[in-house]
Amino acid sequence: MFTCTGCALLCDDIEAIVENNRIKETRNTCRRGSARMKGAMFRLVPSIDQKPADFESSIKKAAEILRNSTSPMLFGLDNSTCEAQVKGIQLAKKINAIMDDTSSFCQGLLIEKILQKKLRTCSLDDIRNKADVLVYWGSDAQDSQPRHLSRFSYFPRGESRQRGYEEDRLAIAIDVRESNTAKICKGHFYRIPLKGDREFILALMEALSGKAPAYDTKNMLGLASILKKAEFGAIFVGIGLTYSIKNDFEILTELADMLPKFNIMPMVGHYNMRGFNEALFKETGFVNRVKFEGKAVHENKYAIIEALKNKSIDALVVVGSDPVLSLPRSVIAHLPSIPVVCIDPCQTFTSKIAAVNIPCAASGVESAGSAVRMDGKVIGLKKIIENNYLTDEDILKRLMEAV
Amino acid sequence: MVTVMEIYQLLPKTNCKKCGESTCMAFAVSLLGRKKKVVECTPLLEENFKAQKEKLESLLLPSAGAEETGMIVHTELCTGCGNCVVACPVDVANDPHGAGMGCAPTNDKVIFKVVDGKVLASNIKECRRFGKSKVLCYACIDPCPTGAIEFV
Repeated sequence: MFTCTGCALLCDDIEAIVENNRIKETRNTCRRGSARMKGAMFRLVPSIDQKPADFESSIKKAAEILRNSTSPMLFGLDNSTCEAQVKGIQLAKKINAIMDDTSSFCQGLLIEKILQKKLRTCSLDDIRNKADVLVYWGSDAQDSQPRHLSRFSYFPRGESRQRGYEEDRLAIAIDVRESNTAKICKGHFYRIPLKGDREFILALMEALSGKAPAYDTKNMLGLASILKKAEFGAIFVGIGLTYSIKNDFEILTELADMLPKFNIMPMVGHYNMRGFNEALFKETGFVNRVKFEGKAVHENKYAIIEALKNKSIDALVVVGSDPVLSLPRSVIAHLPSIPVVCIDPCQTFTSKIAAVNIPCAASGVESAGSAVRMDGKVIGLKKIIENNYLTDEDILKRLMEAV
Repeated sequence: MVTVMEIYQLLPKTNCKKCGESTCMAFAVSLLGRKKKVVECTPLLEENFKAQKEKLESLLLPSAGAEETGMIVHTELCTGCGNCVVACPVDVANDPHGAGMGCAPTNDKVIFKVVDGKVLASNIKECRRFGKSKVLCYACIDPCPTGAIEFV
């Protein structure tokens, strides 16, 4: 049994058939996981200024870039093992770098609230065994975490939910479009206008406190009565809700206070994003957007978007992430003018503009380690195939020695 | 999905009984249930029915790869989420501590398995739609949002 690193569910019931040191067949993985495990079509090759180079000189060049930089940034590590993340934090500390990851424009705020214990949460196993009302809010779990519904939330039979989805569970979707998750929720899909989450929460809070809300009165009272009757509920907060209420996160805390039997679960995308947030939180007390300068300083200007907009960084190390793909063009305009070091198993859009490319092993397939699932449980990753690629942990260690 | 009337309209409608059925309508029902083949209608093989025969074959083409229960898995639509694996009542009965709990199947008695991110049907004789005393079960179709499982 192996662990899939396709998404933050970290399914640990995967079988893989290996032939000629390549994965020939995967069993029990979703299509996303299968593609991840079968490996990259285009492996990254070590290069300096887009010209092939040997591995050692790539490391040396990367170290030289970091030495000459006055304000470097270490970005990514969401697709790396916990061990590599710890090494990454040590490197950032040593070179006084800014550190950020994709959670600064993803679920970072929500994970911060959960780690600060401002929001109630539970484990995915609790949800499987006990949950009777599930709310997918701004999240299309069916497409983003394909095995979420079948493995943990809606379909499986749990200890106290022996009849599973047929009688014991109720799934509700709140979204701006009829996603695949909403199609499964059928009669309990609440469509809201774009950025209408805040208004929806306010109306729901009114309905929960016994008043008749002005907004969609009939549906809202119906939803409130379902939520009130729940014995063990879970709200799966997707990026749709996080983006919509970004400036006013307290409103979700207020709603959670009115629903004492509900737990909040962040729907994390990258397989070890929560691991990075937890590691940095343990080290500094913040989940992302940190600058090490003797002590850790947390400010919004240290988010990758702000740093690139303000042109406040002069070197960028990207580990297992692809900012050129995920950020808007206006934000990445500054990127080609600074040296970028890309550490990744496969070619990405970022590797195409990087000054130095250093290939690493794909974690969970070519290297072992551990990762943190979306609910905070640590899951072990096993090595499936053998090859000579160094892990990102080893590369960061070498980089630290060379700087 | 193709209907009996669509098939019937393309048959010679002479009730010649050469196929062994009493009427062309009965033959259409047998064609739809994959009990008879198009070539068993001998008048349809004649030159003047050529266009109708081709149309009929193209209509019946999607059901050609169907299992005995009529199940077709459209692998190009399947995302491998495994909803059908866990929702199938036969899988739950045969593997309560594996597929029934949402985990990987622990034995070979299950109907659905996910291989390479696509669902594969096996043990089709266990399916509730199999055999004479079949039940019109929708347990694997309902939880599939992409419509990857179809019965013809």
